Amino acid sequence: MKKWEQMSELKKSLAAIGIAVLVGALFILLSGESPLEAYGALLKGALGSPKSIANTISKSIPLAFTGLAVALGSRCGMLNIGAEGQLHAGAMAAVLTALGLSFLPAPLLLIVSILAGVAAGMIVGSIPGFFKAKLNTSEVIVAIMLNYICTLFTSYLVNGPVKSQGSTAQTEVIPEGVWLARLVPQTQLTAALFILIAVAVLMYIFLWKTSVGYQLRAVGANPSAAGTAGIPVKRYMISAMVLSGGLAALAGVTEVFGKYHRFIEGFSPSFGFTGIAVAILGRNHPAGVLLTSLLFGIMDMGALRMSRVTNVSTNMVTVVQSLVILLVAAPELIKWNKKRKRG
Amino acid sequence: MADINNFLALMLQLSVPIVLGALCGTIAERGGIILLGVEGLMLIGAFAGVAGSFFTGSAFAGAVLSVAAGALAGWLYALFCLKWKAQQSVVGVGINLFASGITAVLLKAIWHTEGMSDSVAAFSSFTVPGLSRIPVIGALFYEQSPYLYLMILIVAAVWILFYRTKYGVRYRAIGDQPYAVQTCGVPVNRYRYIAMMAAGAIAGLAGSYLSLAQNNLFVTDMVSGRGFMGLAANIFGGWDPLGSLGAGMVFAVAQAARFYLTDFEIPSQIVQMLPYIVTLLILLFVGKRVKGPEALGKLVD
Amino acid sequence: MDAIKMTGIVKCFGPVRANDGIDFIVREQEIHCLLGENGTGKSTLMNILFGLYHQDEGEIFIHGKKAAIANPNDAYGLGIGMVHQHFMLVNQLTVLENIIMGNEPGGLFLDKKKCEEKVSELVERFGFQIDLKEKVVNLSVGMRQRVEILKTLYRGADIIILDEPTAVLTPQEVDELFKILRQLKKEGRTIVFITHKLNETMALSDRITVLRKGKVVFQCSTSDTNEKELAAKMVGRSVETVTAKKGQKKGDVVLELQNVRLLKKARETVSLTVHGGEILGIAGVDGNGQQELEELIIGNRKMKEGVLRINGTEAQKMSVKDRKKLGIGYIPSDRHKNAMVADFSIAENFLLGYQEEERYNNHGFINFENLRKDAQEQTERFETKLAGLDQPIGQLSGGNQQKIIMGRETSHDPSFMLVAQPVRGLDIGAIEKVHRTLLELKEQGKAILLISAELSDILNLSDRIAVFYEGRVSALFENGQYTKEEIGLFMTGKSAGGKNS
Repeated sequence: MKKWEQMSELKKSLAAIGIAVLVGALFILLSGESPLEAYGALLKGALGSPKSIANTISKSIPLAFTGLAVALGSRCGMLNIGAEGQLHAGAMAAVLTALGLSFLPAPLLLIVSILAGVAAGMIVGSIPGFFKAKLNTSEVIVAIMLNYICTLFTSYLVNGPVKSQGSTAQTEVIPEGVWLARLVPQTQLTAALFILIAVAVLMYIFLWKTSVGYQLRAVGANPSAAGTAGIPVKRYMISAMVLSGGLAALAGVTEVFGKYHRFIEGFSPSFGFTGIAVAILGRNHPAGVLLTSLLFGIMDMGALRMSRVTNVSTNMVTVVQSLVILLVAAPELIKWNKKRKRG
Repeated sequence: MADINNFLALMLQLSVPIVLGALCGTIAERGGIILLGVEGLMLIGAFAGVAGSFFTGSAFAGAVLSVAAGALAGWLYALFCLKWKAQQSVVGVGINLFASGITAVLLKAIWHTEGMSDSVAAFSSFTVPGLSRIPVIGALFYEQSPYLYLMILIVAAVWILFYRTKYGVRYRAIGDQPYAVQTCGVPVNRYRYIAMMAAGAIAGLAGSYLSLAQNNLFVTDMVSGRGFMGLAANIFGGWDPLGSLGAGMVFAVAQAARFYLTDFEIPSQIVQMLPYIVTLLILLFVGKRVKGPEALGKLVD
Repeated sequence: MDAIKMTGIVKCFGPVRANDGIDFIVREQEIHCLLGENGTGKSTLMNILFGLYHQDEGEIFIHGKKAAIANPNDAYGLGIGMVHQHFMLVNQLTVLENIIMGNEPGGLFLDKKKCEEKVSELVERFGFQIDLKEKVVNLSVGMRQRVEILKTLYRGADIIILDEPTAVLTPQEVDELFKILRQLKKEGRTIVFITHKLNETMALSDRITVLRKGKVVFQCSTSDTNEKELAAKMVGRSVETVTAKKGQKKGDVVLELQNVRLLKKARETVSLTVHGGEILGIAGVDGNGQQELEELIIGNRKMKEGVLRINGTEAQKMSVKDRKKLGIGYIPSDRHKNAMVADFSIAENFLLGYQEEERYNNHGFINFENLRKDAQEQTERFETKLAGLDQPIGQLSGGNQQKIIMGRETSHDPSFMLVAQPVRGLDIGAIEKVHRTLLELKEQGKAILLISAELSDILNLSDRIAVFYEGRVSALFENGQYTKEEIGLFMTGKSAGGKNS
């Protein structure tokens, strides 16, 4: 019974992807390009060689982290639209810690820096949680405001107090000892992958095997019944946003520690918002999120080649991703099997 | 005195997109639909305005196209929410992302560049010679565009429609008890579709203000949060047309202030953060008092 | 000629055939009772007639003419009006605005004066006493029902459907309603009255149609039948009522409420005690503080005044969690909202509220082995029909859901059971099981507070009865001391004189 339901969910996700790709093709056609050529270039760019595959995986890692962040929030009934701000805050905090405490031995410094980044994300995440739990204000609006505040504030820092020499808006390079190890030479794939897998597995165990995770899901699925069962609903709402903020921060931390080794303004092409799509398409399940992020990684990686080879903007990928969100969010639109009913 | 008028004039200029955005929120949410996608609808309007002006050479035609494009997007939005029963917040996120992507794609398709379009014919602002000298009121006639007056008209029209006509009574009732209204034989979903198209059209108009009155070209993601600010203003204004107008003005003051604060060597990012921080503080203090429509997000068959 | 003739009506919701080939005939100018248990398709049939649902098969004739009813407007056009079980009123609007909603006189702008004239005329003709300018939110339930009836009359309905209209009324209000309905009949209206109450059916109707499992099982004139026959037809077998055995010894006080304010407007506070081995029944019309009592005891609502003691411990400041630890088992009145998580499996629902008990908690990890064992045992004990413990509970029938909740709440050795509207929406079989379980628990010495809108349940099960009216106790007495009619009077606020026990 349950397996069968899950199959059907999977089918629906696949159908959504299929339709989104087709509609995307239509737009490509409308802008006077060949969809086949464009998508061909996309696939080749993403999966054409071992190196490009490694880079594709590396592209999917931040999306997976933000996807896990959004998924965890959703499991508790909170739409964390603020991952963008949380990952900026996290990345900045981690970089500043690594620069400020550079006298620490490397492994310890790495751990401390990551923890600092996660803590910053958690603090930012706690704010919408607090507003929702205590004031019943939409966590969405608050998180959006925080996105602007965080990106602007980090931009201020990186253009002012912590700016390195030169014209680019970036910090100094962090000590080499805390750079995340490269897994495939000459690619951007780093040890962030291991952190990601560990986090995803832990999240699965947390949500479905522990008592606390159970309570978190109960709050998300029926807050009123959870409250009646003695679960402190408001505390869980805030905690879920705190955890979600921490996960989102990991997206920022692993990006800057793995790829740029410093905080660069504009390093995130809205990972946070794409994370929402990843979580929705991945049905808020860690495994689903990993798969979806890989798919989105393919799109993002391939888009670069696509825009070089054809006159199609890399933003075409954004269009396809947004269509996926809309299609998956609309249960009545894709009725895979009309007779599928509860019974 | 001239300083005050200058400041007020600037505030009025900046208020147009925020007030119109807030009004979209009021229109949609008073009927029970959560409208997180104002940002995206405005972006689509901004792009359609520039495209229309580019192809016809007329800013007016551009504005008309932006309204039409906004209404179309609003209808699609409603289709997802009402017909296909999508989770409404998620549709908002999706529409915003879609707008961001599709405008950039079309930008490249039309002008073969990334980032910003060519310059197009736009509306110019005007100053009414004598009137603009009047203290305070004069700001209404100093360096303003037709959009400002149109905005005031629209707010007034929505208010009358909401509180003085039978359709307004029905529509507001839909936002609170849609089933009750449905059983009175009022086609609830038809009202909601029309409202969403109206909200979309107004958002489109607001977008064209950004691209055709404040600027004369399209820049990717040029709405940069004004739609969300409008939504916050709608909440602050208590889901009411006049409230939206007032709250929109408050936000515009914060926006205008940033042009004046730069004189004191405050970094621009910090000044830009102000309106968002103000919004958060407002939500913090009024959050518990404001109560939205009861049936927000609830559908009828 | 027949006012309504529905032939071969079929309506399916997924695999469920809510209406399974129903033929339904109502003659002009009669009061026709549509009788059946919960979930037998009565409301579905009438919602089809009113245009809210559309039949999959079958035809409808109104006054002999074939009718296609796509929406409520079509129904109004044919002279059909409906008073729904849950009132369809907009609370923030006035009585007048509600009555004219959807068919306002005048053009674009509201002509308030004209509206008022038109409606006042109607109000006077039928002798309703109602203030048109009052907001609906301030009206009593009985008055709201009149607004609903006025709505149908304003629309010119000559066929009026009432869906379970007495569920929320006091016996006296029911009498008034019946008077109104008889007058409407005299004026030439046809009334369809949906109910599951036999005495009302006998008292009011001219003819009766009985539904069971989506089919018509019986049709007759009221004068040709009696309650017993109707009951048998309705249930499909003879019914035995479960009643309490007398003479059990009371134990110590388990629950104690002192000076608790239930409603803001209440004239007095409430004080109650429940002893071990006793069922205290709370009678009264819905909305007189019962829900507040429920929420205050379990802790979903803050207690601002008064004291709550459970087994002697003051609990009014405790969290829900801590209160449950004092030994409360709780069957909430709103099952879907408060007792279960529809998307969770049966096993997971069995854990709800007990996730931190040592038995189910292994250093923070859920002990699935114990959980499944206990869940299995309880579902067997309650003879619950299910596909397996991993099935989402939302897929079960209301009765089976309630059995799982009862199993969960009784299996942790509570000393006090808070039981609210336990049989709402259940079929006869499940109701019997619930009643038996409550009596068993009492025999084991548990203290039980039973809140129910069904007076017959209260009378059959309780040892003592407290009647609620406007947030206060209008009478508190040993079961048997007063007749049903007297209790009905208490439900309208009359006090029991000096005979309170």
